[in-house]
Amino acid sequence: MKKALSRLYVGLILFFLYAPVAVMIFFSLNSGNSVWVFESFSLDWYAGLIFDDSLLTALEHTLIIALLSAVISTVLGTAAAVGILALKKKITKRIVTSVTNIPMMNADIVTGVSLMLLFVFVGKILGLDESLGFLTVLIAHITFNLPYVILSVMPRLTQTDSSLHEAALDLGCTPIKAFFKAILPAISTSIFTGFIMAFTLSLDDFVISYFTCGHYQTLPIVIYNMTKKTVTPDVYALSTIVFISVFVLLMLYNMLQNKNVKKRRHRDEY
Amino acid sequence: MNKKSFGSRLVAAPYLVWAAIFIVVPLLIMAYFAFTDESGAFTLINLTEIGKYKKALLISICYAAAATVITLLISYPMAYFMTKMKISSQRMILVIVMLPMWMNFLIRTYSWITILANTGLINTFLNAIGLPKLQLINTPSAVILGMVYDFIPYMILPIYTVMSKIDNSLLNAASDLGSNGFSKLKRVILPLSLPGVISGITMVFVPSVSTFYISQKLGGNKTLLIGDAIEYLFNIGPDYYNVASALSLILMVMILICLAVMNKFSDGENGGVVI
Repeated sequence: MKKALSRLYVGLILFFLYAPVAVMIFFSLNSGNSVWVFESFSLDWYAGLIFDDSLLTALEHTLIIALLSAVISTVLGTAAAVGILALKKKITKRIVTSVTNIPMMNADIVTGVSLMLLFVFVGKILGLDESLGFLTVLIAHITFNLPYVILSVMPRLTQTDSSLHEAALDLGCTPIKAFFKAILPAISTSIFTGFIMAFTLSLDDFVISYFTCGHYQTLPIVIYNMTKKTVTPDVYALSTIVFISVFVLLMLYNMLQNKNVKKRRHRDEY
Repeated sequence: MNKKSFGSRLVAAPYLVWAAIFIVVPLLIMAYFAFTDESGAFTLINLTEIGKYKKALLISICYAAAATVITLLISYPMAYFMTKMKISSQRMILVIVMLPMWMNFLIRTYSWITILANTGLINTFLNAIGLPKLQLINTPSAVILGMVYDFIPYMILPIYTVMSKIDNSLLNAASDLGSNGFSKLKRVILPLSLPGVISGITMVFVPSVSTFYISQKLGGNKTLLIGDAIEYLFNIGPDYYNVASALSLILMVMILICLAVMNKFSDGENGGVVI
């Protein structure tokens, strides 16, 4: 009885989470241009998306920014994690970690607005007509990605045995070589986690891009502009494609993980 | 040895420069704009101008607080029931809960329009069974619903993570010592899951209090939140940068105070548990 009730509850929450998604997918298949009255089944809205140049450009922009910002923030962030841990004075360490946390803790709108003010300010000094664009979105994305990379790498780095590094030095490695040969392999998983986190955060960001992108529009910005006009099923079709891609990727990931767990269990039995 | 650690510290230099230019300086510029007028002279007028937006500020806090409390009340049992399931089902449900998080919140908010609109699904249904129409969209409830819906995974996940780490032997010990279900919840599970609750609360409250999209789409033009005001003022143009900066500054200070209070609260409670 108790179990049935708890299952019902979990079911209800999942229903709440997915009802809007189901509605969205259903109306993306509508042949009419209403999102309330279903006329007949059609894929017209999907076909329309493929020929929408602005959408494809935005997708390209999103992927370029996500990839570049993830790579740069992973490199900068990993180096930062190493350096922050090596800081000697406790107070400097505290200040640096506090500053690092700011973009993560602060409201996105404040981060976006403050960066925009900086870019506009610098643009004015340099006498640029258009101070916002590709470079400013990229900088903004790197900035809000960095804390996530650092927070993902730092704990693993603290756990890594420092004798590993010393051993490599004793065996004749230069400090830099010792880092790449001994430390980096030990922390590679957390670096990868940081990279993936940075990549997805960047793909998904709307608020900060909104204030810093100028005419360099990413996908969330285009979606925002689409929803400003009257509501038509094209947004739903686009969202359905995004949803299904994410769904497939996550399911694949989950399956792979389950397989790994099973393999490990299998190995442990011997 | 000394040389090595100096080298390691040097590696952080590019990041430190980056953080100084793109985290600290922008906030200083924002503060500068907040305390100056268009000509750059020092003034407090922007801060007094904020009086005009007192209502927006108040409504934002109320809505975000309501959304956070509702989300917490819904999520806590959810996380608890999840931990009681088989490990494989737990992982499956975790993925299902996380999946909407990977969709843009613009899309998630937008899909509610179809359900809540005056000619939307709920009203069509009510109409079909002969009940009068309800005004659902463009109401405060719709805005709060949007906040709850958009940010609920951020509440479920941290609570679930903390709860799933609670050692079962603690619960068994509590039972052996004569605790019933309720006192086990109150004395063992609740205190131990508090860090998850705290991080859930901040992760829901901060985006809720500063949102501008949810209120625009689900609240119509009737509800002006602090985020709406900031977005609106910055969009008019440079003339309003000063007031908008002052508003952003207030929002930031408010959030910092909330975070500090939350931190204190969780520290205090943890101390209590240790004793």
